[in-house]
Amino acid sequence: MQGNEAIARGAWEAGVIVGCAYPGTPSSEIMAELSKYKEIYTEWSPNEKVAVEVAHGASLAGGRVIACMKHVGLNVAADPFMTITYTGVKGGFVIVVADDPSQHSSQNEQDSRNWTRFGKAPMLEPVDSGECKDFTRIAFEISERFDTLVLLRSETRVSHSDSCVELGERKESTIQKGLDQKETPKYVMVPMYARVKRVAIEERIGKLATYADTEFPYNVMEIHDPSIGFISSGVSYLYTKEVFPSHSFLKLGMVWPLPKKMITEFFKKVRKVIVVEELDPFLETEIRAMGLKVWHGKDLIPVIGELSPSIVEQSLKKAVEGKRYKAPKVRIKPEDLPRRPPNLCAGCSHRPLFYALKKLGLFVFGDIGCYGLAVAPPLSAMHASTCMGAGIGGAYGAGKVLGEDGLGKICAVIGDSTFLHGGIGPLIDAVYNKGYSTTIILDNSITAMTGLQEHPGTGYTIQSEPSMMIDYEQLVRAVGVKHVKKVDPYKIQETMEVIREEVNRDDASVIITENSPCMLLRRAKPLEKFKHPVYGVDTDKCRGCQVCLEINCPAISWQEGAGQTKDGHKRKGTASINKDQCVGCEVCAQICKFEAIGPGTK
Amino acid sequence: MADNEKVTNIFLSGVGGQGIILTSNILAEVFLKAGYDVKKSEVHGMAQRGGDVTTHFRFGKKVYSPLIKYGEVDFLLSFELLEAARYINWVKPEGKIIINKQVIPPPAVSLGQMRYPRDVERIFKKYFKNNVWMVNGLEIARKLGNIQAANVVLVGAFSNFFPEFKEEQWTDAIKELLAARLHELNIKAFYEGRKTL
Repeated sequence: MQGNEAIARGAWEAGVIVGCAYPGTPSSEIMAELSKYKEIYTEWSPNEKVAVEVAHGASLAGGRVIACMKHVGLNVAADPFMTITYTGVKGGFVIVVADDPSQHSSQNEQDSRNWTRFGKAPMLEPVDSGECKDFTRIAFEISERFDTLVLLRSETRVSHSDSCVELGERKESTIQKGLDQKETPKYVMVPMYARVKRVAIEERIGKLATYADTEFPYNVMEIHDPSIGFISSGVSYLYTKEVFPSHSFLKLGMVWPLPKKMITEFFKKVRKVIVVEELDPFLETEIRAMGLKVWHGKDLIPVIGELSPSIVEQSLKKAVEGKRYKAPKVRIKPEDLPRRPPNLCAGCSHRPLFYALKKLGLFVFGDIGCYGLAVAPPLSAMHASTCMGAGIGGAYGAGKVLGEDGLGKICAVIGDSTFLHGGIGPLIDAVYNKGYSTTIILDNSITAMTGLQEHPGTGYTIQSEPSMMIDYEQLVRAVGVKHVKKVDPYKIQETMEVIREEVNRDDASVIITENSPCMLLRRAKPLEKFKHPVYGVDTDKCRGCQVCLEINCPAISWQEGAGQTKDGHKRKGTASINKDQCVGCEVCAQICKFEAIGPGTK
Repeated sequence: MADNEKVTNIFLSGVGGQGIILTSNILAEVFLKAGYDVKKSEVHGMAQRGGDVTTHFRFGKKVYSPLIKYGEVDFLLSFELLEAARYINWVKPEGKIIINKQVIPPPAVSLGQMRYPRDVERIFKKYFKNNVWMVNGLEIARKLGNIQAANVVLVGAFSNFFPEFKEEQWTDAIKELLAARLHELNIKAFYEGRKTL
């Protein structure tokens, strides 16, 4: 069972009745899996902040609730998180936060363990799927017993690894449902009440620390060879155990508050201690602050990127075994091979749109989604991107500096799901404060990058039930945008004309793409609008100008030395279209200057 | 094949969209049902959009790490030639290599900036001699009427390395994981693949 699936199973077994999430790799499958259990109400919330607030309300009404997000999602939800740790809970409340060390699919690398100390909420960290399930279950018991929100930290190699899980039965919570006005001082965080809670939080931490030392069953000492002891948590523990199986271990299932007595005892039982952890020296700093002498930690182990058994071995072999790490034989130097970065799918509606932006020479403020792939050469059509919703504010802010000089040179692009997540606020700002930015909403009718999740613009809920469907035009008009246009991005010339007009306008405007569903969204039948199933290159007409290569379509490649001129001279090469990959979007045919690309047969 | 104490490391590599995750799920089903501890790890999200994709797959009596140590791969099961070459250094000297002959040019090659490595098969044979098997999974799947089944052709070829398992253990796993309408095609693909080695 996958780690994410196991977290969902653990939530179900714990009697959870409400689950809220916004998708984000590597956390997305948790809510998708949870939605399959009929006893649980689940939803895709518009963003993580909303998810946590909805979950909080559900907890106050007495339900066990879970909210799930990726690491950057907790940044969005930080505001409610930092105060829910004051109000506490009624029904058990667990936030799952999934980190992405090495940034496989993220804009930054964060160590979410820092939230636990900062927010003063305990954090559990499972090593594999079995623990994902067990820790989720026990997190609800901790939450209710100590009246606290509990963080469950996962990461790519826990969420997206599969290992064996022993299944249990569902047990309903015994907490009585209902709201009680007498609890106002507990739930209203005005200074008068919050100061009282502030004291209670410190008391709670003390109780949790005792619990971590004496009761929590997953802080475990394994004393074998006492010459060296490792302190570790999460998947780093497994890597270290793999490499140095005969040494002693203190495996921490709860990363904060720490079991200080147990740690002190471990230092007495082993001669030297090495702390192995991914990313920040979180445990190491805490343990050093206890006045204990850590032999090795981040002096040898990298702070950047994910660990692996190989990295643990490379970093520590000399210290532990006195022998140098011997790297395996290099047969091919990987750096000599062409890289294979991800790319927009063949036929994707983002491709012609970004080609149009490139031809217009605009500085494009981008956002978070598949369209981030447009930054890669040769498309190279995105020039700034930070977090969900940031592009709109960015384009508007840049216009405030550039004034008239910036007219016709800037635009913001944002996906449909991302727009609903974080784009509405900055759009209001641009209108209210008289900016001239143009926002292009790339509506592909789904949350695509994370694996096709529904959102308020798709017309369906997480359970695939029909629901309301946001009308983007009405929405942006309601916040005051006067100039709203729709474009079919597959009509490149027309699209370029509309964009040119809007970016030159000294007023806020919005362009919405239509007829542009995600290629992977089967129900939208994305291929049906294409006139022909496949296109081909007429090598007699192709002059080898390489314009069609600029769109970076996975189906088009350069054939060196192919083709010849009418008078029999060899060309330097021609373009070629792979029939297995071409879906007939016709974008290349539209931009070919020599009419060399035309309909073909599969 | 695998004695009970030893952990066997299988490394799968290919291009997003080639069905590597399904393949690793089939393997997991077979080895789990056979009573092994199994761990596997893969990367989702951005990496699936036509980028290179890998799965670490480990089975044995007790498996700790979900990731394989560099240089410790027993079986490299590759769905594309370049993606086989990229991980050649991960394979043990006595490791076995099964490669789908398919070529999917990466962007730098499509753009004419770099050459696709020409002699992947030769390099593998130089280092691994008779432990290299080339399978024409794409063409076999094409003949069966659906190129999507190329991954299951590879599963069929790979199944030969585990003579202790009956054919039904593999075909049952395929049926378990695929929708009923895909059973006939994929079972055929499995048997065609099994015949190749």
